[in-house]
Amino acid sequence: MPAMLRNLAQRLGMMAHGFTGGIHPENHKVSATLSSEPCPLSPVHILPMKMHIGEPCSPLVAVGDHVLRGQKIAKSEGYVSVPVHAPTSGRVVRIEQYAIPHPSGMGIPSIFIESDGDDVSDDSLEPIDDWRNTDPALLRERARKCGLAGLGGAVFPTFIKLVQDSRFPIEMVVLNGIECEPWLTTDHRLMLEYADEILSGLAITMHMVHAGAAIIAIEDNKPDAATAMRQALSEREGMDDVRVVLLPTRYPQGSEKQLIYALTGREVPAGKLPMHVGVLCLNVGTARALYQAVALGQPLTERMVCISGDAMPRPGNLRVRIGTPMRYVFAHQGLEDFESVRILHGGPMMGELLPHPDVPVVKSTNGMLAMRKASFVGVHTQEQACIRCGHCGEACPASLVPNLLADQCRSDQFDKAESYHLFDCIECGACSYVCPSNIPLVHYFRYGKGQIAQQRREKSFAEASRMRSVARDMRIEQEKQTRAARRSSVRKTHAPKDAPKAEAGAEVKAISQAGESGAATVADKTEQENKD
Amino acid sequence: MTGLLYALSSLGAFALLAGIVLAIAQKAFHVDGDPMVDKIDALLPQTQCGQCGYPGCKPYATAIAAAEVEVNQCVPGGERTMLVLADLMGVKPKAVEQEATAPMLAFVREDECIGCTLCIKACPVDAIIGAPKQYHTVLADHCTGCELCVEPCPVDCIDMLVKPELIEHWAWPLPMTRRSKLGHARRDHHAGYA
Repeated sequence: MPAMLRNLAQRLGMMAHGFTGGIHPENHKVSATLSSEPCPLSPVHILPMKMHIGEPCSPLVAVGDHVLRGQKIAKSEGYVSVPVHAPTSGRVVRIEQYAIPHPSGMGIPSIFIESDGDDVSDDSLEPIDDWRNTDPALLRERARKCGLAGLGGAVFPTFIKLVQDSRFPIEMVVLNGIECEPWLTTDHRLMLEYADEILSGLAITMHMVHAGAAIIAIEDNKPDAATAMRQALSEREGMDDVRVVLLPTRYPQGSEKQLIYALTGREVPAGKLPMHVGVLCLNVGTARALYQAVALGQPLTERMVCISGDAMPRPGNLRVRIGTPMRYVFAHQGLEDFESVRILHGGPMMGELLPHPDVPVVKSTNGMLAMRKASFVGVHTQEQACIRCGHCGEACPASLVPNLLADQCRSDQFDKAESYHLFDCIECGACSYVCPSNIPLVHYFRYGKGQIAQQRREKSFAEASRMRSVARDMRIEQEKQTRAARRSSVRKTHAPKDAPKAEAGAEVKAISQAGESGAATVADKTEQENKD
Repeated sequence: MTGLLYALSSLGAFALLAGIVLAIAQKAFHVDGDPMVDKIDALLPQTQCGQCGYPGCKPYATAIAAAEVEVNQCVPGGERTMLVLADLMGVKPKAVEQEATAPMLAFVREDECIGCTLCIKACPVDAIIGAPKQYHTVLADHCTGCELCVEPCPVDCIDMLVKPELIEHWAWPLPMTRRSKLGHARRDHHAGYA
């Protein structure tokens, strides 16, 4: 009976659905009460040519060029891509490979801008004040032009989501202010300080996709953020269909698919997008960036970054220009010695462990954590046998069987792992967190996914090479045949040389008749001769 | 006597019937070529490098299908290819003698190229473009790194470079724990390969 009642309450929208699995890691939100401040301009900014998911950009500027803040310095190649803008005014000093925040420590081509200190903006983009009466397609183009990508950390080009598709009408916009990762307070501070701008961004989004309703989802460990959003909402007109929903705190609630299920009870199928179930999900930071792009005409050149961690002398929330070197930001917060710390890009659950701090802040940088080495060492080296306790399966928000998957990845049984839906794993780390045997489960999944991707790549390259090789063999064979045919025809033409002269004369006549148009081929001649 | 006659005639009739069915089946389900060759060919890396001693991947696949040669001759395929080939052919795995090098890429030093087209003719996958007395160049996306173009070049202007590693192609390594190594040892054991 209680189950029935709960079901009814959920269907009526009186109660949130929750999602399966999940964990309750410690909060550690030490920087939640610190208001954001601007990070001073760094002397040099490094802009990697790819800060989003999709195709890399190509530079539009050359070494020595002077650029303004917000000027487009790299254009997008391909559809799933957004351009890169200069974060401040200055001179392009170098264009070369530089490390990006990535666990491999490898680099990609990057543009180095030496700031001139004046921070002059490029005002070529006009603000669109009357966006309510503007064609959504134009606003969408503005979102692309301004380089918007999901600021929650996935950096998927935002303009792709902001589309009206008659097959998949968007019924509801979900604004993601969950921030379930421990330590991080980026979205929390945004909601407290920029509630009004976030709401404007939400209104623009709803206008663009013709959505009737919206939910602002916040976890109940941030009641002040919910109050701020509700306050801002009550001061606005025409946003009656927007609700602020407080969800019980649980990791990984901030993951798009899990959040949509928790709010609406709709499950996004594997390989599908939220729009296929009529939902559009945006991070609160992205909504604010959309407001800045449309209503202020400002491209994405700055983002909120939470700087925290147990080895951080002065945690804080900074508004950092994209491209600022991380070493500079850490130094500004009092951390200069990286001997005994490890640096995380993003949160401790899903973030990337960086081999060194010589990387720039990029669009996906929602947090920079400095953790003591002591809180890491030993955890992954003491892996013990799986005791089949089943905790990982209970914690998995994607309803997978992590212990089986890990076994399969460990022993390279990749087709088996795929049949157990390895690619539905969102790498949230809940299984590794609860594992009493310290098995680095997510690490195994990442290894498995990487190996499968590599095998697919090799397979498709081999197939392409095989096709090219077959085509070449066919071409050579054909050439050989044509040559043979020509040779035989030549032989036949010259064969009657020993024949009596009169006959030869007749033959020449015949050939000249056949070739009167001047287009007679060797084959024609042969045919004529055969008739003779 | 009649019993024997019945037995013989019915057996004969069955034999005739079976013969007709088999004859029809052979015509109806006829397969051109050896399907095993295509299966093996699909597992080979298609570099067409000839390091196995055959002039390409298909000839090597044909030789394996005819059981003329060991399954461990493919150098770029390495251990993994050897294991799947051994599995397919039902033979005992045998270690690949030659260590596979890192993926390579041919590169023509254009200012030294005399435009002789010899490398173009040597390339098994048509990955070099150029015309007589014009510079030639290698299409990096299609080069398999087989090194067959290096030998014919009369002015030695082709270098083999290590294929640049792309960040998009980077893959997570196996976690370096004792148990993960154990798992790999077990896999090798199951494959019958020591």
